[in-house]
Amino acid sequence: MGRELSRAIVDGVLVGGVYALMAVGLTLIFGVLDIINIAQGILVVLAAYLSYLLSVHLHLDLFLGLLVTTPVMFGLGVVIQVVLMRRLRGHERTSMSLLASYAVMIIIEGILYLSFGPDYVTLNAWYVNQSLHILGFYLPYVYLFGFALAAGIVVALYLLLYRTMFGRSLRATMQDHTAARLIGIDINRVAALAFGIGVGVTAAGGVAFGATNAFNANSGYDLISRLLAIIILGGMGSIGGALVAAIMMGTIESVVDIWSPTWSVAVFYLALVLVLTFRPQGLFGQREARAQ
Amino acid sequence: MTSGAGRAWGAGLPGGKGLAHLAPGPIVAVLLLLAGVIFPLAITSETATQIAVDTLLFVAAAVAWNLFSGFSGYISLGHAVFFGTGAYTVGIAAQDWHVTGDLEFALLPLAGLAAGLVAVPFGLIALRVRRHTFVVVTIAIFFIFQLMAFNFSFTGGSVGIPAPFLTWAPETYNVPFYYLALALAAGAAVLSWLIYGSRFGLQLRAIRDDEDRARGLGVRTMRVKLTAFVISGVITGIVGAIWFFFIAQVLPQYGFDPLFDLTVALMAFIGGFGTLWGPIVGALALEPIQQLMTLRLSNSYASELIWGTLFLLVIMFLSRGVLPIAGEKIARWRARRARRPAGDGPAPGPAPGPAPAPGVPARLGPDAPPPP
Repeated sequence: MGRELSRAIVDGVLVGGVYALMAVGLTLIFGVLDIINIAQGILVVLAAYLSYLLSVHLHLDLFLGLLVTTPVMFGLGVVIQVVLMRRLRGHERTSMSLLASYAVMIIIEGILYLSFGPDYVTLNAWYVNQSLHILGFYLPYVYLFGFALAAGIVVALYLLLYRTMFGRSLRATMQDHTAARLIGIDINRVAALAFGIGVGVTAAGGVAFGATNAFNANSGYDLISRLLAIIILGGMGSIGGALVAAIMMGTIESVVDIWSPTWSVAVFYLALVLVLTFRPQGLFGQREARAQ
Repeated sequence: MTSGAGRAWGAGLPGGKGLAHLAPGPIVAVLLLLAGVIFPLAITSETATQIAVDTLLFVAAAVAWNLFSGFSGYISLGHAVFFGTGAYTVGIAAQDWHVTGDLEFALLPLAGLAAGLVAVPFGLIALRVRRHTFVVVTIAIFFIFQLMAFNFSFTGGSVGIPAPFLTWAPETYNVPFYYLALALAAGAAVLSWLIYGSRFGLQLRAIRDDEDRARGLGVRTMRVKLTAFVISGVITGIVGAIWFFFIAQVLPQYGFDPLFDLTVALMAFIGGFGTLWGPIVGALALEPIQQLMTLRLSNSYASELIWGTLFLLVIMFLSRGVLPIAGEKIARWRARRARRPAGDGPAPGPAPGPAPAPGVPARLGPDAPPPP
């Protein structure tokens, strides 16, 4: 029993790391731009399909393919921000941006269905079906690689945010748009890059997700509901919170999975509702300031 | 201030003189209702009446959504929870109590009751947060319900629940549904009109403009928001139940459909968010298009693509709604016309420039004029 439990916890942490990667992008976009990118889930699926195309047609390794897909997703994010989000004006701007990203999600879903059909696909590579045997655990390589990748990217993001000039201007923008503009920060540039980075991480998320799950265009819904739950639980806009919440979700799910696979997801959502009842701003969120 | 006045105009459709043409008072409403009553007598095509039933159900749903979200400013993307709850409640009740045939319609109040009961805890949790955190929480709760519908045994899992069989003649099968949907849509619209003009409606709109100030002025915000949420949920639940009887089956992915949330929101936005006529106009315009698209295009993915694109275009270019935009255009045109004779002599007409929205209580917003 204890053995099964510790195994479940290790699995959960590995899976949670992958979700953390996608959720960090989402919460970053929210923090800087005040936009909830509902399309994040389907963008992960899109990235997974891109990796799929590269690996099937060009026989490119999944992780090497990231060198192609990451810039593509980054560019797509910048385009979405510049062409759509930036143009939204007026009182209901933030709600509008949410609906706009919902529309983007539906459009991408439609395109994916038209191009790939409803059949499920999985990403394949040698490491998908092999496991590392260590300390009595069988750890699938793909989870290990995915976790390592996620950890690497999260550390890189941390360094970018806290050790560079760009990161400083980005955090300044997160704190106060007007003040940031007053001290000469090009807000539009920061916003476009932040959206690009937030979407760019879906490339790595797509590989990790696609290699560990069978997916089709419909998978975006499941993904986005989890990602939203993670960033609410962690506290909207809190990057550390997203990490903790993602690991929590992975662990809770995989532990409950021992007893009841059907209800493992529901237990996490239940935990979310409980947390919200007592702490509406999430674990690490700040109380919402007075709405203007 | 100008933008504030424009917004108030859009919101102040009833009685607002600037929108007299577009906020047709009771007369146009009665004419519209009459046309609605006559419609199935004049047009007997089954396809047409089927589309009409769907459209009227969406009118009711969009009005109900707007009654909460439009008036209070809390955008809910979780109303499919009520829709599905209504559908599943009557489905399960009919199955367990062996209700057959026409008797199934006696279960409709139960759908409203169940949806209302779900709305209370849902609202108590979700309404503690604002703006997009609220939106996201509603989405998350929606997914919990969809998950439950898939996984519980009493919901029939992914097979869903069939409705009792109706032994009606196929050529007139749609007609009773039509009148039921018409009655519900009209009832919802009247209720929304009553609320809009009431103290309760004013409190809701005060919350939309500035919740903290509203609370400071003595509005019991939580109670007001929750009441509107429950009323909205009850209507949406009944819509779900009628839809279920009409379609004769409910599956988890259609009972709890994320597109439902998006569609009602889109209808309200395209017509005019927070206005009385907006959701009605939006639903009457969009749902037939949606239905025709589904009928004509064998490929449902293509219709999804078109729908998403349409939605995006509305948000980008018509986000304030067709009615408010048109209303402002007309008001501007009249103001220009009124100004022109002013050169010839003393102008008897209304003062030049956009008139302040009459009939609309002063906004409780930050751009309300300070007291002298």
